[in-house]
Amino acid sequence: MRDISMQRVNETRERILDIIKSPTLTHEQKVASLANAADSLLEVLDLPEGLDELMNVPEDKKCICDLNEGHAPLRPRYIIPDYAKFIKEGSRFLQLMPPADLYEALNSLLIFYKHVPSVTNFPVYLGQLDMLLEPFIQNVDDATAKKLLRGFLVHVDRTILDSFSHANIGPMPTRTGRLLLEVEAELMQAVPNLTLKYEEGVTDDDFAIQAVKTALRSAKPSFANHRMFRQELGENYVIASCYNGLPLGGGSYTLCRLILGNIAKRASGIEDFKTNQLPYVMDIMARYMDARIRFEVEESGFFENNFLAKEGFISRNRFTAMFGLVGLAECVNILLEKEGRPGRFGHDEYATELGESIIRQIYEFNEKHHNPYCEITGGHFLLHAQVGISEDKNISPGTRIPIGEEPDEMIDHLMVINHFHKYFPSGTGDIFPMDITVHQNPEYVLDIVKGSFRKELRYLSFYEKNSDVIRITGYLVKRSEIEKLKSGQNVLHDTTALGMGAAQNGKVLDRKVR
Amino acid sequence: MVVTVNKIIPFSTVDGPGNRTAIFLQGCNMNCLYCHNPETRSKCVHCGTCVSSCPTGALSFEGQKVVYNSTKCIHCDRCINVCPHDSSPKTLDMTPEQVWQKVENQIPFIRGITVSGGECTLYPEFLTELFTLAQAHGLSTLIDSNGTLDFEQYPDLLAVTDGVMLDIKAGNSEEHKRVTGWDNSLVLKNARFLASKAKLYEVRTVVSPDLFDAEQTIIQTGDMLSGFLSLRPIRYKLISYRPMGVRQQYKDTLKIPAREQMEYYARLLAAKGFKDIIII
Repeated sequence: MRDISMQRVNETRERILDIIKSPTLTHEQKVASLANAADSLLEVLDLPEGLDELMNVPEDKKCICDLNEGHAPLRPRYIIPDYAKFIKEGSRFLQLMPPADLYEALNSLLIFYKHVPSVTNFPVYLGQLDMLLEPFIQNVDDATAKKLLRGFLVHVDRTILDSFSHANIGPMPTRTGRLLLEVEAELMQAVPNLTLKYEEGVTDDDFAIQAVKTALRSAKPSFANHRMFRQELGENYVIASCYNGLPLGGGSYTLCRLILGNIAKRASGIEDFKTNQLPYVMDIMARYMDARIRFEVEESGFFENNFLAKEGFISRNRFTAMFGLVGLAECVNILLEKEGRPGRFGHDEYATELGESIIRQIYEFNEKHHNPYCEITGGHFLLHAQVGISEDKNISPGTRIPIGEEPDEMIDHLMVINHFHKYFPSGTGDIFPMDITVHQNPEYVLDIVKGSFRKELRYLSFYEKNSDVIRITGYLVKRSEIEKLKSGQNVLHDTTALGMGAAQNGKVLDRKVR
Repeated sequence: MVVTVNKIIPFSTVDGPGNRTAIFLQGCNMNCLYCHNPETRSKCVHCGTCVSSCPTGALSFEGQKVVYNSTKCIHCDRCINVCPHDSSPKTLDMTPEQVWQKVENQIPFIRGITVSGGECTLYPEFLTELFTLAQAHGLSTLIDSNGTLDFEQYPDLLAVTDGVMLDIKAGNSEEHKRVTGWDNSLVLKNARFLASKAKLYEVRTVVSPDLFDAEQTIIQTGDMLSGFLSLRPIRYKLISYRPMGVRQQYKDTLKIPAREQMEYYARLLAAKGFKDIIII
C-alpha cells in the first residue's frame, strides 16, 4: 500500500468529524459516509498513468469519474442474486429453509435483502417479484395477498433507504404482477424502483394498461424493451439500480463514466476529438476499470468468502462491468461550436449524426478492449448511458437532450433518441412527464411504448406532471421529501438528497410535459 | 383537391382512443356561443390586421397575401386574438396526400388519425381520400363532427371511417338554434343512423347552466341511443364549459357547471346502460 500525506489524513479527519456532527444525515447515512471516508485513505489500486489529471481535477475539467466507488472496492458495485434459487433452496448461512407459503416467502426475501451489498450498501436488485411469488399466491385470496404485499413493500421502502433498489415484473401477466401494481398505485412510494419487461404480443394490453395507470400515479413501473434485452443478454437478464441491464446471478464490478463535454473541451475540433482526445481518455478509463476489477477479483476476497458466492446465489463468472458516459449533448454542441457550425443537439440532423458516430466509436472501442473477468459478455464491458449525479452542472445524463431544449413535439424527441438506445445494453432511458389528460387515455402511453420499442428504443419512463413521486434521472424521489430536506429536516432515503441536488443543478422539475 | 388546414397535432391524447394524429380543418358552418377555438371558424381574408401585431415578424405581406413563417413564430397567439374574422394566418392549403405525408411521420407511434375542425365534414371528398390512405396503412380513422353532413348520403366516406365523434349540443331544436344557429334534426338523424351502423364512437355535450336544458338533452339522447349500445359501446363525454379561448362577447354570459351537476348527468346515463362516461 502506498503512503499518503499527513495533510490528506488530517483533511479526512476533519471530514469525519463533519459527518459525525451533521444535523441532516441520519445514523445510517453517517455510518455509510464514515466507511467511505476510511476507504479514501487507502492507495492500493494499480492506477494507469494520466488518470490523475483526468479524474482528480475541478469539475469543469474532469473527463473521468468513478462515481465514488472508493479506493479499495470490497465488493462489486452491483450484485444481482438469483433469488429463485434462494426461494427454492433456502440458505445455510442465513439459516433459512425454503419458504412454504406467502408469509414465509416475503419474510425470507426481506431477510435476504439485508445481506446483499452494493456501492450504496443497499441491494440494487430485489428480484423478479411476480414470478418469485406467483407459486405462493395461488391459495391466497386477493384481499389477504394485497395486505401482505402492502406490508412487504412498506417494509422495503422504510428499510432499503435508497431508491436505486429495483424490482422487476413481466413480460407475462400474472396475478401477482397485477396485485403488485394495484398496491404500488395505492402506496405511491419512492422505493422500490420497478420495471415492467414489456414485449408486444407477449405482454397483453390489459396488463400493460394497468402498468401505465400505476406509472401515472407513482412514477413506476418503467417499460423495458424485453425483446432487445433478451436478444443481447439472454433470457436471464434483469433491470437493476437505475435501469441497468445485467446478468442474473452476477452483476457489475464497477461503473466509471466519461464526461464527454469536458473531453470535447480538450479538442481543437471534431477530427482531434475522434482521433486523439476521446481514444486517449477511453483507454485510460478502461485500464482504470481493469485495475478496479483485478483488485475485486484477486485481492478483496469477496468472491471466496461472501455467502452469496459460496452458496451459488452469484457466480464470479456472471459479472461484467459498465463503461459509462454522460454529456453527449454538451459534447456535440461544443464540437459544433469549435467547427463554427450552426445547430444544436436534439434539433439538427448533423448533430444527431455526429452524436451517433461518437457513441459508435465508444461502442467499437469497447468491442476491442478485453478484460479477462468479463467472460459473460465476451470479455468486454457493456456501454452504459449514465444518468448523472446530483453535483453535475451543465452535464446532461447519457445521451439525453438537455432539459429546457426538448423538441416541441414528442415525435421529434423520440426520433432523435432512437439513434442511441441500441448501443447501451447495460442501460439507458428517457423520461417523460405526462399531462393530466392522459389519465383518461392511458392507451396513449401504451401506443408510444409500442411504437418506440419497434423503433429500437430500449427503456422509457413516465409520470404525471403533478405526481408527488417523480423520476429524477433513473431513481425515484418524493417531492414532499425534497421539501422536508430543504427545510433542514432528516429524511429516510439517501436518494432524496441526490434528488434535491438534481432539481437544483439538473432542472429535473422543468422537463417538457407531453 | 385542396383544403385549408388549421393545424396538425402529431401526438394527441384527447382526440379519440390511444395516440392519434389530429388534423384540424379550417372553416365551420355553425356559430356556437361557447366555441373555444373560434380561430378555426373562417378562412383568412388577408386583411393583414395580424401582421402588425406579430412581435417576432413571423407574419408579413407578400403582394396581397399574408404569409406565415413558422420558424420565427413563438406561438404567442396574438395574431389569433386580434383577428376580426375568427380566422388564423397560420393555416396551410393542403391536398390529402400532403396531409398524409405529415401523418406518416408518426407511424408506428400512433394507432389512428382524427380529423376535426372547424367542421371537417364540409370536405367529405377530402376525408374519403385521406381515410383511404390511412386505412391502407393500418391506421384507424375518426371524424369529429357537429353532425351537419347527412352521413347516409356518403357511403364511400362511411366505408373508410371507423367512427364518428358527434356533438349533440341541445336536445330541443329551438335551444339548439340558440346555441349554434342550426336546427338539430339532421344532427339527431345522424346520431341514430351512425349508431345503427355501429359507427358512432362518441357523443359529447358541452354543459353550461341556463344556456339550454342539459338534463333534458342528456335524457333524450340517452333514450335515443341506448338501444344501439349492444351493437357497439358508445362513449358519452360530458364537457364542462370553460372560458378558455371563448370570444369575449360570449364569455361574460356563460356559466361553468358544478362538478356535482356533471356527476348527476353521468348517473342518468349510467342508468340507461352507458358504460363509458367521461366528465371533463
